[in-house]
Amino acid sequence: MKIAVCVVVAPSTDTKVKIGADGKTIDMSDVKLELNAYDEFAIEEALRLKESTGDGEVVLFSVGSPATIKEEIRKGLARGADRAVILDTDTTQLDSSAVAALLTGEIKAFEPEIIFMGKQSVDYDSAQVPSQVAAAMGWPVVTKVSSLAIEGGAFRAEREIEGGVEVVEGTLPAVISAEKGLNEPRYPSLKGIMAAKKKPMEEKAAEAPAPVLVIDCLELPPPRPEGKIVGEGPEAAAKVVELLRNEAKVI
Amino acid sequence: MSVLAFCEVRDGRCKKAAFEAITAAKKLAADLGGSVTAVVVGHNIQDDAKKLAAWGAERILAADHEFLALYSTGGYGRCLVQAVELAQPKAVIVPATIMGKDLAAWTAAKLGVPLASDCTEFKVEDGALRVRRPVFAGKALAWTHGEGEPFVLGLRPNTMAAEEINPGGEGSVEPLPLTFDPSTIRAVVKEITGGDKGDLDVAEAEIVVAGGRGVGGPEGFEPLRELAKVLGAAVGASRAAVDAGWIDHAAQVGQTGKVVSPNLYIAIGISGAIQHLAGMRTAKVIVAINKDPEAPIFKVADYGIVGDLVEVVPALTEAFQKALA
Ligand SMILES: Cc1cc2nc3c(=O)[nH]c(=O)nc-3n(C[C@H](O)[C@H](O)[C@H](O)COP(=O)(O)OP(=O)(O)OC[C@H]3O[C@@H](n4cnc5c(N)ncnc54)[C@H](O)[C@@H]3O)c2cc1C
Ligand SMILES: Nc1ncnc2c1ncn2[C@@H]1O[C@H](COP(=O)(O)O)[C@@H](O)[C@H]1O
Repeated sequence: MKIAVCVVVAPSTDTKVKIGADGKTIDMSDVKLELNAYDEFAIEEALRLKESTGDGEVVLFSVGSPATIKEEIRKGLARGADRAVILDTDTTQLDSSAVAALLTGEIKAFEPEIIFMGKQSVDYDSAQVPSQVAAAMGWPVVTKVSSLAIEGGAFRAEREIEGGVEVVEGTLPAVISAEKGLNEPRYPSLKGIMAAKKKPMEEKAAEAPAPVLVIDCLELPPPRPEGKIVGEGPEAAAKVVELLRNEAKVI
Repeated sequence: MSVLAFCEVRDGRCKKAAFEAITAAKKLAADLGGSVTAVVVGHNIQDDAKKLAAWGAERILAADHEFLALYSTGGYGRCLVQAVELAQPKAVIVPATIMGKDLAAWTAAKLGVPLASDCTEFKVEDGALRVRRPVFAGKALAWTHGEGEPFVLGLRPNTMAAEEINPGGEGSVEPLPLTFDPSTIRAVVKEITGGDKGDLDVAEAEIVVAGGRGVGGPEGFEPLRELAKVLGAAVGASRAAVDAGWIDHAAQVGQTGKVVSPNLYIAIGISGAIQHLAGMRTAKVIVAINKDPEAPIFKVADYGIVGDLVEVVPALTEAFQKALA
């Protein structure tokens, strides 16, 4: 089975955000990059699917600048993906629709039966690329999947909703976006890390279409007002309740 | 010219987020100069659809069909696309609930128009619509605009209070007939499970009582549940508590969990890691209980209690009980 996984390399989740000099982008000096947290689940699910069907190919697709993302993408290969394709483009003006357009073009040529992605990228939190790619492919999409079973050409997916779990049934080909909990991603083995050094990583120059969602400026959230320690131990409880009622007026 | 509001229905009833979407649409329509059209998708929804006039809907479109009783991205999406074609709106407001996020992304993609998901503020300047949305898990806020119309806006629940402007008002409902064959929709929701516990969801609750590693184990959540019951609150958790298997993942608040903006957030035995703060720093009021006076959670808490949660939580429950009696 041919399986595509879209992965993005993004600032690690403990990054302290500083706004760049242009007021529109993040200052990327001192920022540590990582494979997007949700994409780890996407890769793992793809590997398990390949293992369960006994044959096939797992290919990673990423839009970005090879110089900055290559090392992180290689970690995906170390886990067991077969090869990677990096679509090399200027990332300063990219939005989800541009990323999706580039991915769709490339993935179509690969002709996979399923595309795995993460629920959202942890940088701009847009959660749009999976639906964009699905719409462009004319495929169904199930987002935020936390459990997946595939048999023959059919799948059964679960997604958590407010106060319950939706059970979605459908047929392949489809786009699946992964929520935390879909699986327990493996660590790369030493053998995997060695093997990844020789796995193909193709870099292709790509021209991104103009964005449709444009950032005019970034601001930092207003700091929360200095809090206060009301007291120590159970004696403070009544005081807090009194403040919530009379000062904060939330109860 | 109009602003279209998607009104989410679950179990045959409009959700609070639907009324918030209409209120937001109303404000936007006033600034842009236009009217509000509401669209409802579901089955046996006529009664609720009519009543949307009370919240400010001037035109009401309803796709009411057996096939639409349960959600499908392709089915609901096609209905929303149809409503857009009919209403020709300048903007479409979709609640950024779990259904709304999925629906908005597919619909914007299908229409080839911009989507700003999870917006917390809008403004119209010289006729141009700009929206603000949190990025980097709320560590920064981005003012954005869209190239292309309609501009689809995901509205984060609880950021705009719904206003019933015409209580008891009813409007006439225009049917949206199905324009597609249901058998062509290849992925559909078959059932919803696990909703019978009646647990309030953290993302929708006005008060959240959250526990972390400090609660010590699954049974450590019991006193928190009692406190939540007194307050009519939902129970949330840090990732440490979820990863330990003490509570369901659905309760996780934070960067890889849910983002919540309740009126009151009570963090109990939670240290206040940056990824946890990402999920709750927009709460209106934060109370923290922690035995470590240096815990970072106290930096964002409006009111802090230093102490052992085993003693403090029951005392707090009792104090709330007295106050609310
Ligand atoms: C990619 C990524 C994503 C993440 N996403 C999330 C996320 O979505 N949500 C999230 O929460 N975390 C997330 N994390 C994890 C985060 O970094 C922290 O590890 C986690 O939030 C810690 O949980 P905690 O505060 O419950 O535990 P701890 O940090 O261990 O804190 C426990 C606290 O309890 C206090 N305590 C202990 N006993 C008592 C007692 N008897 N009475 C009172 N206080 C007591 C301690 O003083 C301490 O402050 C993520 C991490 C990564 C790398
Ligand atoms: N630049 C990119 N390259 C490859 N895949 C991406 C890229 N951006 C987003 N994705 C995929 O789309 C998912 C959702 O991202 P987003 O829609 O940007 O929040 C991610 O988890 C990735 O799987």
